[in-house]
Amino acid sequence: MISYDIVIIGGGPAGLAAAVSARKSGIEKILILERDKELGGILNQCIHNGFGLHTFKEELTGPEYAYRFIEQVLEEKIEYKLNTMVMDISPDRVVTAMSREDGMYQIQAGAVILAMGCRERPRGALNIPGYRPAGIFSAGTAQRLVNIEGYMPGREVVILGSGDIGLIMARRMTLEGAKVKVVAELLPYSGGLKRNIVQCLNDFGIPLKLSHTVVDIEGKEHVTAVTIAEVGKDMKPIPGTEERYTCDTLLLSCGLIPENELSNKAGIQMNPVTSGPIVNESLETNIPGVFACGNVLHVHDLVDYVSEEATKAGANAAKFVQNGSKDTAKGHVVELKATDGARYTVPCTVDVDKMEDLLTVRFRVGAVFKDSFVSVYFDDERVQHLKKRILAPGEMEQVILQKKKLQEVKDLKTITIKIEAE
Amino acid sequence: MYDVIIIGAGVTGSSIARQLSRYNASVCVLEKCEDVCEGTSKANSAIVHAGFDAAEGSLMAKMNVRGNELMGQLAEDLDIPFKRNGAMVVCIHKEAIDGLKTLYDRGIANGVKDLRILSREEALEMEPNLSDNVEGALYAPTSGIICPFMLNIAMAENAAVNGVDFRFNTKVEAIKRDEEGIWHLRTNNGEYTARYVVNAAGVYADIIHNMVSANKIKITPRRGDYCLLDKEVGGHVKHTIFPQPTNLGKGVLVSPTIHGNLIVGPTAVDLENKEGNNTTAAGIADLIAKANDHVKNLPMRKVITSFAGLRAHEANHEFIIKEVEDAPHFIDCAGIESPGLTSCPAIGEMVGGMLKEKMNLTEKENWISKRKGILNPQELSLEERNELIKKEPAYGQIICRCESISEGEILDAIHRPLGARSLDGVKRRTRAGMGRCQAGFCSPRVMEILHRELGLPLEEVTKSGGRSNIVIERTKGSNGGDEA
Repeated sequence: MISYDIVIIGGGPAGLAAAVSARKSGIEKILILERDKELGGILNQCIHNGFGLHTFKEELTGPEYAYRFIEQVLEEKIEYKLNTMVMDISPDRVVTAMSREDGMYQIQAGAVILAMGCRERPRGALNIPGYRPAGIFSAGTAQRLVNIEGYMPGREVVILGSGDIGLIMARRMTLEGAKVKVVAELLPYSGGLKRNIVQCLNDFGIPLKLSHTVVDIEGKEHVTAVTIAEVGKDMKPIPGTEERYTCDTLLLSCGLIPENELSNKAGIQMNPVTSGPIVNESLETNIPGVFACGNVLHVHDLVDYVSEEATKAGANAAKFVQNGSKDTAKGHVVELKATDGARYTVPCTVDVDKMEDLLTVRFRVGAVFKDSFVSVYFDDERVQHLKKRILAPGEMEQVILQKKKLQEVKDLKTITIKIEAE
Repeated sequence: MYDVIIIGAGVTGSSIARQLSRYNASVCVLEKCEDVCEGTSKANSAIVHAGFDAAEGSLMAKMNVRGNELMGQLAEDLDIPFKRNGAMVVCIHKEAIDGLKTLYDRGIANGVKDLRILSREEALEMEPNLSDNVEGALYAPTSGIICPFMLNIAMAENAAVNGVDFRFNTKVEAIKRDEEGIWHLRTNNGEYTARYVVNAAGVYADIIHNMVSANKIKITPRRGDYCLLDKEVGGHVKHTIFPQPTNLGKGVLVSPTIHGNLIVGPTAVDLENKEGNNTTAAGIADLIAKANDHVKNLPMRKVITSFAGLRAHEANHEFIIKEVEDAPHFIDCAGIESPGLTSCPAIGEMVGGMLKEKMNLTEKENWISKRKGILNPQELSLEERNELIKKEPAYGQIICRCESISEGEILDAIHRPLGARSLDGVKRRTRAGMGRCQAGFCSPRVMEILHRELGLPLEEVTKSGGRSNIVIERTKGSNGGDEA
């Protein structure tokens, strides 16, 4: 069996940054396995700009942002395999992969970094009633058809869901000459970034109807009309509020799901809130030497955070390869909890003895909060209290923990993140 | 002129076509859609029923039990998956417990083997996720699960290999009999003539019948909504779980599918619209509520798709399989609702037998009884799979990641007899697009393969024929060439 120090599953933004970081940490034998025909992942179809403001202090398109990392992978001569599907990861880190050229083969990995990204929630999972004709796409599939294949799915569009891809596609379809009639959002707020609502809907006069959903799809062969209705507090459509839009296309942007089929098969423990692996301060899963980063871990809003997280995962995987496999003794482990409006944390646990001096904990909130506080509790004692003008589910939040502060508290068991009114 | 024309390429028409392909006769199947398995056959519970439901002495009962008997050998000959997972009819009301005995007696009278009445304890031990209210159950070990697409496709494919002509996108608009007794079928694609006609038109069987007979019949489309759940929860129950039947049918069942998903449904709503296979919010809500009566903790959050099918319901709830009295040489197969899928091998045998006798047909010497299915590389060892990929590199390229379907399987589906011509055609033959992402990932890739292999412009690649094209035109900036 061939062997590598680190095998990275996925050559998107997370995989690329993890590879570069692992190389910079001194790892020689690194292999990236990518299922598509080029590196870059979903960024390749994100031809709009706005990427990299944090990382590079400039506005790049998706492919440009990806190329900044691809360039480093090429310079560092990191090995990668394209058109290669990973079929299985075993608990002892044997990766089974397959491609046209190489057939099906196994690799023994010193460490594995999961960087498979996420996928879109399809119509079926939303239980939208009506016919099942052509003309219904998840927003990302439509984005691929338009931006990569160069084909238009239709001329008159209704969009359900105000996730970022849906918002971006509202603008993209408009620029291609289509009429986007309405964006309906089930929740009373958008799950997308504020800047995308402004730049992709408001600037083009596309109405956003909050607390609305699709209640019927017409058309036997191809979509001919879509009916939306307002929903009440119980999320059920309110009779009498139906509005029918003739259209030939329905785009769905109703949430992203981390793609953890391989992780599940490998026996990696999942967090039901994020649908991603449960990880510790090193972004390591319950299987020693298997790390996770990017959208497979939890869905991110900005790619900059993906790169940052993946850089850490790469460095930690390197450390594991260099000495960690011997160093399995656990130190003082503290649990991280999210309550009172905070939905989850990444990581889920922190080993006070092993953590670095500063640890970024990322989380999301479950509703819109105005003029509220992000509080951090060490057991029952509040240790951080940060005022926020606005907190929204679409934007990822973070707090920073200092190692020395954690060390000061004797027998610390739980760190809790809460959203408080005062 | 053909000896026999069959109208409809669902499971009934395709089974009859395969049966007739044994004989020295010219046979043609006319199908209004672009593929086989486009009507009732594609959207149903996918159950091979044991046969205790249909009324004692009815043709339906006879066909059901015989169909069930034949299915094992047929599935083997056609190389399609079939499993006798057993069914349980669950009683949850003490006062209805006698109903199980009634069903048991009817089953015995119908010739169903190995039926057994289970106590509450026995039932729960076999199926721990049954409702806490279970009082007892009827157990039918001969009940099974099958893939209706693969069964339909395989029968049609085998018929085609044995010389049956299939004409797709061909809708019968009028039928006349001339003085010599020859049937003339006017279609949107010209006229077809035949000595015998078989009406296997599903929910349209009344319209076809009424073209030739003064004794009108009516087929009511009875819609059933279904939910299909992720493979992750496919093991929630092992047997097919039925409630006790009512006058609207067998009720909402919960069952594993042959491919490892969990299916919940159907509802029963009578319609006028023969194309009304849209799901409704009320229907889905109704089936979830009903399914929860018999099975607990149903993981409805794991729904990956919902769909609706139309059963071809005839008022007497009986199969009409006979030569039409005032239309000689015209044979009806009407009212083929559940257990139609189970019965199709028996209906094929019966109608084939009728025609053999009437027309004095002789058996072909070189009839090919077996059909090899699309290779499933997932059943191969790593070494075997490597050998395959070395010979056919396309088997090394995964196109549908959810179901792990390779390009090799898709190419086979396109290029075999009666091959796939659309996304749905590929999906029903290979399962590409049937997984949890519901083709979000693979549809652009399958479109590209169809475009390349069939020489179709991408704008003409469809979801399921007709006007179901996926894209309409090139974007403004694209160069109009093949590579964007």
